[in-house]
Amino acid sequence: MAATLVEKIFSRKCGRPVRAGEVIMAPVDAAMIHDITGPLAVQKFREMNGRKVFDPKKIVLLFDHQIPADSLPAAENHVFLRKFAIEQKIENLDIKEGICHQVVMEKGRASPGEIIVGADSHTCMYGAAGAFSTGIGSTDMGFVLKFGALYFRVPETIRLDIHGDFPRRVGAKDLILALAGKIGADGATYQALEFAGETMHRMGMPGRMTCCNMAVEMGAKVGIVPPDNETWEYLKTRRKGTTPFALESDHDAAFSSRHRFDVSTLSPKVATPHNVDQVVDVGKVAGTHIDQVFIGSCTNGRFEDLAEAAEVLGNRSFHDDIRVLIIPASRAEYLKAIRKGIVEQFVAAGALVEAPCCGPCMGGAFGLLAPGEVSLSTSNRNFKGRQGSAESFVYLCSPATAAASAIRGEITDPREV
Amino acid sequence: MRTWKFGDNIDTDAIVPGRYLTIYDPVTLASHAFEGTRADYAKNVKKGDVIVAGRNFGCGSSREHAPIALSGGGVRFIIARSFARIFYRNAINVGLLPLVCSDADEIADGADLVVHMNEGYVESGRKKYAIEPVPGFLKEIVDSGGLVDYARNLEEVETCTGSRS
Ligand code: SF4
Repeated sequence: MAATLVEKIFSRKCGRPVRAGEVIMAPVDAAMIHDITGPLAVQKFREMNGRKVFDPKKIVLLFDHQIPADSLPAAENHVFLRKFAIEQKIENLDIKEGICHQVVMEKGRASPGEIIVGADSHTCMYGAAGAFSTGIGSTDMGFVLKFGALYFRVPETIRLDIHGDFPRRVGAKDLILALAGKIGADGATYQALEFAGETMHRMGMPGRMTCCNMAVEMGAKVGIVPPDNETWEYLKTRRKGTTPFALESDHDAAFSSRHRFDVSTLSPKVATPHNVDQVVDVGKVAGTHIDQVFIGSCTNGRFEDLAEAAEVLGNRSFHDDIRVLIIPASRAEYLKAIRKGIVEQFVAAGALVEAPCCGPCMGGAFGLLAPGEVSLSTSNRNFKGRQGSAESFVYLCSPATAAASAIRGEITDPREV
Repeated sequence: MRTWKFGDNIDTDAIVPGRYLTIYDPVTLASHAFEGTRADYAKNVKKGDVIVAGRNFGCGSSREHAPIALSGGGVRFIIARSFARIFYRNAINVGLLPLVCSDADEIADGADLVVHMNEGYVESGRKKYAIEPVPGFLKEIVDSGGLVDYARNLEEVETCTGSRS
């Protein structure tokens, strides 16, 4: 019987056909916790009489949201998790590696066909590696830490066939913003979003990660790209001994819906305050005053994103009235940017380049906005108060649009600078 | 018990802002609930009050701080047209019951409301509004008093057994 990619993942795990709608206790291949959701997950694990975690090698622990500790409670949470890691013999990447999702990907901890959970909503990003991965809360994570398994309702799949070549200075972020605008903030609730088609196959892993990362902004459980050469190449050096196998939806699988999307006429997109699905062409909001530009996050903090911004910047400077914060997604991406001279280029242009972390993305650490202030950000959420005051405003865009706007000092079409 | 009415797409940043996520104490979290978006809520919410909302309640982050901030203020039920997936599960796990009601929009802010869980409806302003039953496998968790109690006495779980939802 024909099956979707996601149905096949569950079927492979269980050795029998599993179909969408079935509720199943599935074993998990990896679990990720970080400094914000980790302490509560550990507490729940203990309340569940958990003594030993199911498998220390399958757990990824790191700190990225409030690092280096920005308050005493944050510092205490870090100490609490460090002790737990030692007690349970879990490798602790601590504050050293970067944003959780980027680190899971680049360490090869997600691979095709796996089932992965993370105590963070953007865990849906590892679908870029062909895994079924989804965000869960801390109590569910406590359960996973104890049993190595969790209840899932196997989701239906919305299949997106993406075609065409991106125009100059338009890319993956514009695509996913356009889709969010089309599908809506709850248009994919409880479902999987499968990104397929020639454009996805030509897209590198960074762009695929950007797309899958934002699946949850449409309510989806996972964003997933069928694994291809690109996927297996990416994993070759990151996970020794992985052998490629075929994993894709059957052409006659039962999708809940199927859409074709052509990117060849796509223009740069901006999500306007205060919802991710309030998406317009950049031209509609061009000229909007901004106070801060943030280039970073698990959505757009990779080397390729920084390079895209640097290409737009050239040897110019950022506008005097704008604060520009640039934060690479991980230590590895940071190093690449340093070695290519991009960090120097940004600093010379007037930006603050911070060490890898979430930064102002969720308004918990530094870079907060005062009432009335406006931020243009390459991150994934623009909810009211997301980056500080509930009276501030966040617009979302691509790295190219962010860079162009930071040069001009107002929201700007990257094709015009 | 009174209702607190909210609109569509109430996100977890609105329920509890990111700067309070180092806090896990329910009562302290409750004192920051809807801070910046609805000033009268945290001060006045009482045990037994009910939240009523439109579509996609709880969208955004997986922070369990959000349902805890609501249950910490004494709320037991949220009635909405629909819920975001992670929030829905988190709510059940912390003992807060998310009830889907397609007519939630008709219920007024500040109205009295009584939940008749087993009978499948809520009553407000002399009108009855149907609520959808909690799906079977989650009902089991609700009936055991939440996921912690459900898991406490289990040594292991059997994987790959399943049922239709
Ligand atoms: S960068 Fe932003 S969205 Fe990504 S994990 Fe950190 S806070 Fe969450």
